[in-house]
Amino acid sequence: MARIVIDDLHKIYAGGVKAVTGVSLDIADGEMIVLVGPSGCGKSTLLRMVAGLETITGGTLTIGDRVVNDLEPADRDIAMVFQNYALYPHMTVRGNLAYGLKNRGVAKDDIDRRVTEAATMLEIVDFLDRKPRALSGGQRQRVAMGRALVREPAAFLFDEPLSNLDAKLRVQMRVEIRQLQRRLKTTSLYVTHDQLEALTMADRLVVLNGGVIEQVGTPMEVYARPATVFVAGFIGSPAMNMIEAATLHEHGAMPAKMPDGTDLIGVRPDDLCLTAPDGPHMALQGTVVLLEPAGAESHIYVTLDGGNQPVTLRVPGLPTVNEGAGITLYAPMDALHPFNSASGQRTD
Amino acid sequence: MVENDRWGTLLAHIILILGVAIVIFPVYVALIASTHEGGTFFRGVMPLLPGGHGWENYSTVIFDGRASAGAPPIGLMLWNSFVMAMMIAVGKIAISLLSAFAIVYFRFPFRIFFFWIIFVTLMLPVEVRIVPTFQVVANLGMLNTYAGLSIPLIASATATFLFRQFFMTIPEEMLEAARVDGAGPMKFFKDILLPLSVTNIAAMFVIMFIYGWNQYLWPLLITTDDSYYTIVMGIQRMVTGGDSEPLWHLVMATVVMAALPPILVILFMQRLFVKGLTETEK
Repeated sequence: MARIVIDDLHKIYAGGVKAVTGVSLDIADGEMIVLVGPSGCGKSTLLRMVAGLETITGGTLTIGDRVVNDLEPADRDIAMVFQNYALYPHMTVRGNLAYGLKNRGVAKDDIDRRVTEAATMLEIVDFLDRKPRALSGGQRQRVAMGRALVREPAAFLFDEPLSNLDAKLRVQMRVEIRQLQRRLKTTSLYVTHDQLEALTMADRLVVLNGGVIEQVGTPMEVYARPATVFVAGFIGSPAMNMIEAATLHEHGAMPAKMPDGTDLIGVRPDDLCLTAPDGPHMALQGTVVLLEPAGAESHIYVTLDGGNQPVTLRVPGLPTVNEGAGITLYAPMDALHPFNSASGQRTD
Repeated sequence: MVENDRWGTLLAHIILILGVAIVIFPVYVALIASTHEGGTFFRGVMPLLPGGHGWENYSTVIFDGRASAGAPPIGLMLWNSFVMAMMIAVGKIAISLLSAFAIVYFRFPFRIFFFWIIFVTLMLPVEVRIVPTFQVVANLGMLNTYAGLSIPLIASATATFLFRQFFMTIPEEMLEAARVDGAGPMKFFKDILLPLSVTNIAAMFVIMFIYGWNQYLWPLLITTDDSYYTIVMGIQRMVTGGDSEPLWHLVMATVVMAALPPILVILFMQRLFVKGLTETEK
């Protein structure tokens, strides 16, 4: 259990590629932080710097009350779960779990107790004497978790641990990891490129892009008030619609009062509707391009009149609209997100 | 084959059987020759059926040797060959494992340069560098020693290269997981890398053991004391030594005895050997 303080961390690879630039983050004891962003945004590099697998070019990293910049991974009191699990193939599950403890000189019966405890918690007791080869993907994932668990470390580091699982198992493990983390109250840093995973698991999520932090906040904060155009587009699925102010003017729908510098208006696909809502709203005309039923909800792809501005709607059930037909969309005024396209920042 | 073509199958079998026969025949002749008495061969006709003196010939070779021609009983020569082959095989594997480990997992200056230097030695077999090597070994006073027999042959680019390729297939996360688990470099080597390389090591061992066992020119050069003769050069001495015609029945019995240990090594390690050459376990 420990607080992790990341202060102005930089990573510049040999050859001058800047992977992480000036990232600062204060992670409270027991908090679950999710680092999310597209491929190459520096999230894995940041995690690996915390783990000690990547050298730190600049800044300080504190775990607990020690500055650990120059410590070996083993001395940082962290445990890591790898994307491909990285289990030792020649050792049994028990051997895999015990290896880290053995290297630390933990007493034999203490090792046995902790291995049994972790195995019970993860329901892998039956597999303790099998080799990883004889396990399914989900079971291997549990063993990888177990290997982190037995160490009882100050912090867990997860590097996209669910991306090798199939969709159903992924949801299940997502819930389990979250429950486990809540129960153990171990500070955790979790890297993913899946925005849904980020939203559902995080106490606070950190959106990274191009090696810098775009926004830090609770999932609902980030979803309700994305700080930048990038965050708005990355968090939430389908992605937020970005409509240029000029298009809104043509439709006569530009709200009268918008903060200075606003030239891009974001509307979530959920906030657009087919019937006029109560309260102040705006109306837009367009043509239905595609109707995509997705079970409980449907996605409607629309092109707005007088341009080629595409817009996506998410509506419950299966609406009666025809592809190719004209349509009127409504958006409540308080659901609009004003941005400045040059700076990429939110303007209100 | 997918198609059930009877003539095709027959032809394939004939070719295969012919191939096997060509390979087997000399071995068969050696085996047969070792069961006849000495005089049989002077007529210049090679019998193709077993004779009745097998037991006699083998006991002569094993227990009496052929003192008149300067050939001791083969027990000592077999032992010498075994020691040399073992030292070469184990030494080669140990050295190449370590050098491959260094090349793959450590970032030291001129790493690639050293790798290529090792690689280039592939082009210089023992025969090419035999004179300078002899000079060095002689100056070090290693003539007529086991060390002199084996050490110059221990460095192996082939094995280093093989292990390097194998290490590079081990995912990097394995090393990282071990680092997080508190394993230092040598611990990682011992606990993770070695167990994963077992099948490769076995395959290498078989190849290198036979390589060591079959060494001919090098032992011939550096041993003058017959207590260090190896079996392969012993055969040569039996053929050329003495004034009389070579005693082919005894030579062939020795040949058969000399072939036994490599065959045993292959038989016992076959399972691992084949595994090591065909599958990679990750």
